[in-house]
Amino acid sequence: MDLAFSDDDLAFRDEVRVFVKDNLPADIAESVRQGRAIDKPDIQRWQRILFDQGWAAPGWPVEYGGTGWDATKRYIFDEAMSEFDTPETVPFGLLMVGPLIYTFGTDAQKERFLPKILNGEEWWCQGYSEPGAGSDLASLQTKAVLDGDHYVVNGTKTWNSSAHIADWTFTLVRTSSEGKQQEGISFLLIDMKTPGIDPNPIVSIDGGHHFNMTYYTDVQVPVENRIGEENKGWTYAKYLLGHERQSISEVGLSKQRLRRLKSIAGEERSDGESLMDDKSFAKKVAEAEVLLTSHEYLNLRFLAEEAAGRPIGAEVSLLKIRGTEIRQQLTELTIEALGYYAAPFELEQLTDGWNEPSIGPEYAAAQMPQYLFSRAATIYGGSNEIQRNIIAKMVLGL
Amino acid sequence: MDFSLSEEQQLLKDSVQRFVRDEYVLESRRKLVASDTGYSEDNWAKMAELGWLAMPLPEEFGGIGGGAVETMVLMEEFGRGLVVEPYMSSIVIGGGFLVAGGSKEQKTELLPKLAAGELKLAFAYAERQSRFDLNDVECKAEKSGDGYSISGHKGVVFHAATADKIVVSARTSGGSRDAAGITLFLIDNNSSGLTRRDYPTVDGLRASELEMDGVAGTVLGKVGGGAALMDEVVGQAIAAICAEAVGCMDVLQETTNEYLKTRVQFGVPLSKFQVLQHRMVDMFMECEQARSMCYMVNLKIADEDPTERAKAVSAAKVQIGNSGRYVGQQSVQLHGGMGMTDELHVGHYFKRLTMIDTMFGNKDHHLKRYADL
Repeated sequence: MDLAFSDDDLAFRDEVRVFVKDNLPADIAESVRQGRAIDKPDIQRWQRILFDQGWAAPGWPVEYGGTGWDATKRYIFDEAMSEFDTPETVPFGLLMVGPLIYTFGTDAQKERFLPKILNGEEWWCQGYSEPGAGSDLASLQTKAVLDGDHYVVNGTKTWNSSAHIADWTFTLVRTSSEGKQQEGISFLLIDMKTPGIDPNPIVSIDGGHHFNMTYYTDVQVPVENRIGEENKGWTYAKYLLGHERQSISEVGLSKQRLRRLKSIAGEERSDGESLMDDKSFAKKVAEAEVLLTSHEYLNLRFLAEEAAGRPIGAEVSLLKIRGTEIRQQLTELTIEALGYYAAPFELEQLTDGWNEPSIGPEYAAAQMPQYLFSRAATIYGGSNEIQRNIIAKMVLGL
Repeated sequence: MDFSLSEEQQLLKDSVQRFVRDEYVLESRRKLVASDTGYSEDNWAKMAELGWLAMPLPEEFGGIGGGAVETMVLMEEFGRGLVVEPYMSSIVIGGGFLVAGGSKEQKTELLPKLAAGELKLAFAYAERQSRFDLNDVECKAEKSGDGYSISGHKGVVFHAATADKIVVSARTSGGSRDAAGITLFLIDNNSSGLTRRDYPTVDGLRASELEMDGVAGTVLGKVGGGAALMDEVVGQAIAAICAEAVGCMDVLQETTNEYLKTRVQFGVPLSKFQVLQHRMVDMFMECEQARSMCYMVNLKIADEDPTERAKAVSAAKVQIGNSGRYVGQQSVQLHGGMGMTDELHVGHYFKRLTMIDTMFGNKDHHLKRYADL
């Protein structure tokens, strides 16, 4: 057991810090600091910078353009990135469909898709849930019928984050209604420009447009865009869930949020002093920080296990549960810190062109939307209730 | 001991319920929230006609002379409908200040107009540094001729844009956090020296930032008597907002219960999962505790002992904060993705409950206040 970093690790940390400091565009950092939504071109710009440095995909194997770093280096990289106001990695390409393609895809698929995921040129979205298939995902009904060299897809997908700005989607479709539900599902990659795909905005309680309801009407998908075997899609989807780990734990993101919370509470006044000097508030911030530390070390233990060749199983659900709870706790404390200035809800303040003075402190505007949207975190990616069921069954054998 | 409503109170409840049912389907509320004023002047006129604006005001000044329980009945139903008209700002608080502190002349002139829906009021108290301390006041009022001249900033003043007059707390003497030396003033909304910045709030209401530079104000209550007056009237406002919260929570509890019975996953309604049943029971318990505290504070709000009154107010606000948070968050969670949509009413109740915790001091503030009493 050893927590110390080698000289090589420490030199690497300095290298990452210097690189981010020198290359993170100031406007992007400012938007992240203010908690604004970062739009597609800005995320692509930052990803391109990382790509040119060879750091776009820390978790990918070298042969597909990854870094080949060991668990320690990946941790150091994430940690150093979180020390700065770097934008959150959009998970759908780099963390989800990318690993799926290099693990189960054909050479042609790897060649076609991986380079553009790496450099950020192509944007992906996920097409899993349906109006009738949420927690019970395997009951999905969107049908794909083989017709010569292509599938014809019909159905409705929902909660598709970024579907309105995505170039491609990875979807689960029903190719058979025989046997167990899970055994009739296939995994398709679909070009969002294909005729018959119609994404419709779902406005969420934070006033934002993150989600979409997407209708598929006679959408033709070349058979070569299927991942792996027909009717084995569920297996790939499960593999992919395990691979979300890096984004699911949200350790770096939570550290950024904790830093912002402390800075806001340091500015806010209570009883004539800084809110951080208010013992009951400071105690709540400390509790959140302790919880985040325990979460971080759990995450590290899992990383080390994996690096030692012992893949993590269903325990990964622990990271999802705790990571999302911490996110909610931090965003809630942040709006609490704002007092009455949590109330103003003028969303134009969060857009790029806004140059009027802020209502109240300039850091206030983004916090309520962030809190409200954080309520989705315990719902998406398998609700936390479902994650607890998984742990009860798969880990504890109950 | 009796917690049931009188015949008159039940009639009042029925009539507000009808109003909410007819005028406050979610789509109509959505239109009101998006409109210029953020609410309906027609609704306001209707509330005047039905006697609701006059309800808590004294009979000798055109009111009906109702008590805290009548206000509670109204506010609970307003909570159920997420009503956006400025009843709290104008009647409960504005009217409360006039009744508790107004001179004979002020009452005679203003209360009948308030009751008739011809006058609207707002209350400006929060400042950038004050957080929830009503006595942390940096706005200054200086004598100027017959009256006073007020300067300074007030933040997040609910319903200021549509108010005719605004009650403002300002310092006539003392240090910026002293209870002594605060005076309340009435200012006209179209006063010279007053700059207003209006904006929507997360719970579908409107608020404003006020910048005052030598605004003319007339004293409301005694000079230097602002702290005691605010303590009394904000206490009444808290009792009323607890009732609104109870209305919000009940809707969420009922809706979520119904949703779990109809949403089928894994071949059964969600309501069959024990973990969700227990969650619903916990939500139900929070609703019942909140209602109990709401009754308690509204029965004690007229208590003559200020400590007893203050304890009742803070205890109720703590309970409402905790219950509202739990019921709001869990209702979103149990509705899954649907709970996150702007389309469904659940999120709107959740947002209002979130702000109700903040209003007049959140649970931490009132827990501390309670411990200090």
